[in-house]
Amino acid sequence: MTDARAEMRRYAIGAILSAVLTLAAFWVVLADGVARGTALWIVGAAGVAQIAVQLRCFLHIGSASKREDLHLILFSALLAGLMIGGTIWIMTSLHGRMH
Amino acid sequence: MARQATDPIFGRLDWSVTPFDDFLAAPSIDEAVASAAAAAVPLGALAVIAVLTWKGLWGALWRDWLTTADHKRIGIMYIVLAGVMMLRAVAEGFVMRAHQVTALDGGVLSSEHFAQLFSTHGTIMIFFVATPLVTGLMNFAVPLQIGARDVAFPVLNQVSLALTASGAGLVMISLVIGQFGTGGWTMYPPYTSATFSPGPGVDYWVWAIGISGIGSTLAGLNIAVTIYKNRAPGMRFLRMPMFTWTALCTSIMMIYAFPALTVATAMMALDRTLGFHFFTNDLGGNMMQYANIFWMFGHPEVYIVVLPAYGVFSEVSSTFSAKRLYGYNSLVIATMAIAVISFTVWLHHFFTMGQGARVNAAFGIATMIIAVPTGVKVYDWMATMFRGRVRLSVPIIYLVGFFFLFVFGGLTGVVLANPTIDYQIHNSQFLVGHFHNVLIPGVIFGVLAGIHYWFPKAFGFRLHERTARVGACLWFAGFVFAFLPLYWLGLMGMPRRSATYDNPAFEPVMWVTAGGAAIVVAALGVTVWNFYASTRDRAALACPVGDPWDGRSLEWSVPAPPPAYNFYALPQVKSLDPWTIEKAEGAPYQPADAYEDIEMPRPTSLGVVIGGAAFAMGFAVTWWVWWLAGVSLAVIAGAVIARAFVQDTTRTIPAREVEAAHQKVLQQARQIRAVDRDDEIAPANLGHAAPEVPA
Ligand code: HEM
Ligand SMILES: [Cu+2]
Repeated sequence: MTDARAEMRRYAIGAILSAVLTLAAFWVVLADGVARGTALWIVGAAGVAQIAVQLRCFLHIGSASKREDLHLILFSALLAGLMIGGTIWIMTSLHGRMH
Repeated sequence: MARQATDPIFGRLDWSVTPFDDFLAAPSIDEAVASAAAAAVPLGALAVIAVLTWKGLWGALWRDWLTTADHKRIGIMYIVLAGVMMLRAVAEGFVMRAHQVTALDGGVLSSEHFAQLFSTHGTIMIFFVATPLVTGLMNFAVPLQIGARDVAFPVLNQVSLALTASGAGLVMISLVIGQFGTGGWTMYPPYTSATFSPGPGVDYWVWAIGISGIGSTLAGLNIAVTIYKNRAPGMRFLRMPMFTWTALCTSIMMIYAFPALTVATAMMALDRTLGFHFFTNDLGGNMMQYANIFWMFGHPEVYIVVLPAYGVFSEVSSTFSAKRLYGYNSLVIATMAIAVISFTVWLHHFFTMGQGARVNAAFGIATMIIAVPTGVKVYDWMATMFRGRVRLSVPIIYLVGFFFLFVFGGLTGVVLANPTIDYQIHNSQFLVGHFHNVLIPGVIFGVLAGIHYWFPKAFGFRLHERTARVGACLWFAGFVFAFLPLYWLGLMGMPRRSATYDNPAFEPVMWVTAGGAAIVVAALGVTVWNFYASTRDRAALACPVGDPWDGRSLEWSVPAPPPAYNFYALPQVKSLDPWTIEKAEGAPYQPADAYEDIEMPRPTSLGVVIGGAAFAMGFAVTWWVWWLAGVSLAVIAGAVIARAFVQDTTRTIPAREVEAAHQKVLQQARQIRAVDRDDEIAPANLGHAAPEVPA
């Protein structure tokens, strides 16, 4: 029973944190007075933080996790890096040549 | 975009949406073709309904198929769905080719209609033929190959199929109600934005692809988890059959690639329906980002569909050569290499978009590199056949056809990978030649080989070998005539997606390709006919013992068709090719030491409910019927929540019953004469293989 309650609590915390981080991102963009560059960094940081929250609270990734989980995370990081890095490279190159 | 006021009940639907009234108003060949196609959908549906009612099959359809959670049946339904869609898409390909024969300075079809044809043809072939074909094969074969009773999430599996089917339904209904988009299968904005394509056509595409794409993500998750978690005792990764390896890599790729598609379609939907500006010309939109995100999915997709075909070729090259697969480890490494590298090449689909030469060079080199692991595989398959006891069975005919044609298509891919060359020939018929050249000999031949290979396992009887050989040869010949001339047309400057041309030199070549397309239609006809003819003659083709090809992996150790729970007792795997070893050691078909109660998922209508509601939702948003969209979404959410409260989700099959069933099939196996390979296609082959000397 307590196990189930701890589990429930973890999900609740995860849900609340995710909601807060999402709202924070919206707030930074909508609020006046936050510089564009700063806002982008904050949105990015909120996104990464939310990934961590969801891995921890919803997918139960922790220090006691198995090798498979590590594989999964490393592979995801690799692909996210390829996709995001590639996109930034491509789009900046395009942007630089749009005169 | 400011949306004009629409009817609160019917949105922008009215009586002018079908093509029939256009035909009556101004009859022409163009409108006649559109009307005939539109009539075919309801008539086909009516015919199916009539047959089901006449034969009294509704109950069986509902109980045994639509509500089942059995991975084998779900796999078969994926393939049937893809087959039906393929009939339409091949017909469209033929209509386009027939049109082009007349298209010197004109042509019978309007250019609008031609644009719809290549858009639906491409969309269907990629999303509703190639993808469900390989998903179906993986669903059917993977649990059997790894010694599992079902996939990890059987009900989710059903939902995935339902989402794919509802996307297919949206494409089908667009024939009758309204029109499909004209932006090609890639639907690039800004042409497809609300400004330039305000009609419902692009919305049909967005929702069909959005919904079915989610289904594919879930299917990928399911298969990957199944392979990770449900392997039989002793089935280490390096003991898995090669097809399962390719399924693992494909399903992992699906998990990472399809979300990019979901994102692209969701952003497009926001742009079109809610007036966002992700990809618009103005207000900060950037349409190039669409191409970027779309191809982050699009390129992995081509390997998602071809890897399982490679897996089939691995299985059949070794089974029909009675030899162990040559270079198993190198095939595993090559598969994994392709899976990763295929995420690093997507820019080769838009070399000409305007980014710098350095970017193009990097992606061009990556593209050339990805040809290497495929080359390794081709050598491995040839080495597997080398000095084997090769039977020229149907799957081997497809494999040999693949050797000749796919290698050629791969080489033209390496040509296109060079950005400087791509600048000249992209967007020409050369490209059309290239991608058909890899998709048909690769994916379609591979899947056809797989279907002929596993059909007896699924249904308990073989397909007529001779008819199927005729079909395979027609596929080969039809392909050669229909597509190889396109390379020449492309080099001579004929653009793709063109409804007309003005160079008279193209006309005779168009006759050749149209003739080739007709042969492909015939090949498909023979293939479909053979399913009917073989079902009719199933008594003479039966192979109940389940091992008609002297197979090597676990699926051949169970009877055909297998019991719902696949294995009477979970096998203990000690090596690669466990079934071959078991036969060689002289002790196949033994009772198990102990039997256990087996828990299997109960049937559920969740898939039908979610699929139906998703279809209604896509249709509603396409036509701005907002109340229906809201209701459908609520139904989906409600169904998922309601399912969470269902307690009794499994049924138990008692060990006694399992043991009795096993005894029965063992007895049958003992009574039926084992045949050797000379009798493989004779009626005497009842699925009991006399083992070859192990290799
Ligand atoms: C079986 C006989 C087939 C015929 C006769 C055929 C014919 C055609 C034709 C005429 C086009 C338009 C070419 C152009 O743009 O000028 C086309 C486009 C296309 N086909 Fe096929 N095709 C066939 C099979 C397939 C298969 C099996 C696939 C994939 C699995 C496929 C995928 C595509 C795609 C993706 C396009 C591009 C659509 C676009 O431009 O957006 N086709 N095909
Ligand atoms: Cu590509």
